[in-house]
Amino acid sequence: MAEYHLKSPFSEEEIRKLRAGDIVTFDGLLFGIRDLTQIYMFDQNHEPPVSLAGAPCIHTAPSLRKAGDKWEKICVGTTTSTRMERFTPELIRRYGVRAIIGKGGLYQGSLDAMVKYGAVYLAIVGGSAALETRQIEEVEAVYWEHLHPEALYQFRVKNFGPLTVAMDSHGRHLYEEVKAEAVRRLPEIYKKLGV
Amino acid sequence: MKDFDYRIVEEAAKQTYIRALCDLPPDVRAALKKAYDRETKPTARSVFEAIFRTIEIADRDKTLICQDTGLPIYKVKIGSAFPWNGARIKKCLYEGAKRATLEFPFRSSSTHPLTRVNPQTSVGVGLPVIYWDFQEDSDTLDILMAPKGSGSENMSKMQMFYPAHGVKALKKFVLDAVVESGANPCPPGIIGVGIGGTADLVVKLAKDAILRPVGRRNPDPQIAAMEEELEEAINATGRGPMGLGGDVSTLAVHIEMAYTHITQNPVAVNTQCWPARRARAVIRPDGSVEYGY
Ligand code: SF4
Repeated sequence: MAEYHLKSPFSEEEIRKLRAGDIVTFDGLLFGIRDLTQIYMFDQNHEPPVSLAGAPCIHTAPSLRKAGDKWEKICVGTTTSTRMERFTPELIRRYGVRAIIGKGGLYQGSLDAMVKYGAVYLAIVGGSAALETRQIEEVEAVYWEHLHPEALYQFRVKNFGPLTVAMDSHGRHLYEEVKAEAVRRLPEIYKKLGV
Repeated sequence: MKDFDYRIVEEAAKQTYIRALCDLPPDVRAALKKAYDRETKPTARSVFEAIFRTIEIADRDKTLICQDTGLPIYKVKIGSAFPWNGARIKKCLYEGAKRATLEFPFRSSSTHPLTRVNPQTSVGVGLPVIYWDFQEDSDTLDILMAPKGSGSENMSKMQMFYPAHGVKALKKFVLDAVVESGANPCPPGIIGVGIGGTADLVVKLAKDAILRPVGRRNPDPQIAAMEEELEEAINATGRGPMGLGGDVSTLAVHIEMAYTHITQNPVAVNTQCWPARRARAVIRPDGSVEYGY
């Protein structure tokens, strides 16, 4: 297990260095997206008004407040990723996103895209919104405001993490490995329980 | 006591919601610390470290631990000597939950199940969830508040087994449910289990189970032994904190039991996330309020 502190946007080379189980923190640019953001992008064909190339995208659950022209954070957390599976391969292929951040992981289609184009899935600690909110220095922009709280958010973050590399660009999927190991251990555990 | 001021109850309903969201109970903190001490996997240890930093920030800034402020649940226990008006208490709980949401302010998660319209108040038809109970020889109104987020609540499961399936079917059901739920309920939290009762009661028992302080065993030695056995089994799966692998997959298994029908054998699982949030207010007839967990 290695630990990395990175600056975003990321290069392909940096991302390909990461291995499942490594721990990452980073500074810089972070985009927040959700279900509706991606429905708007992919099902309704709206091009993002800002380049996502090299950037990480987080499956966000944002409480924000607008004061004048500026958006202020109240409490920003992370939502479950599995619902976003359908959009993720395109997000990586078409827009060059290099990291997806969320909880719970994604499926094979996303993993294939990560291998092919050089991207990773970084697992955040769910429930830690207080920490996450603190690590967001600024809400730099909110695009597609009419979709709020499912708009496209541009955050600037500092020491964001710790994040665990849960899916890497070499085809490893930590959640699946852990689950497979649990299933492998089950017969022994059943026996001990007498079931 | 004709002029008991019910605004006190409304205020307590509001305060307990906010307190539960910001201040994790000491028993949960202690259980997390103990779990961290025995966790050996580096990635899992880093999950715990993030958890501790989160708790610290929430303490210092009086801010929300998790963004999912959940659906509000109140368990109310009315002392036999408390001068109560149940209908007014019910209204106070509704108003208190609503005011917590609007005045803190935090996000509302309550939604009409068909139109999916969110009234932005955390309440609505049938909400808050309220359970009533009564206490002999007491003059207090005891309100236990628990906000329940969806990541963990969505992992709830129940099954009506037959008596012929025996106790072993119940154990297997609980273990399989936890292995299946993975990272969704933000582990390691409390696995609440209900056994016995009717279909509705068994699910309620599982909810009661997650609201018991961590470290307190069921007083029935047979049930307590089953709690320990399941705890060990779940941790042996190696699912780990946030489903990323590790020694600690759960902080505790709590089981609540009720008698059931001779031809029934029900079981339910209600999972609780690591922020096992709850807060309590004990109100006396003189209007004084004591806050706790
Ligand atoms: S499961 Fe619990 S800790 Fe995780 S996001 Fe939901 S409410 Fe928060």
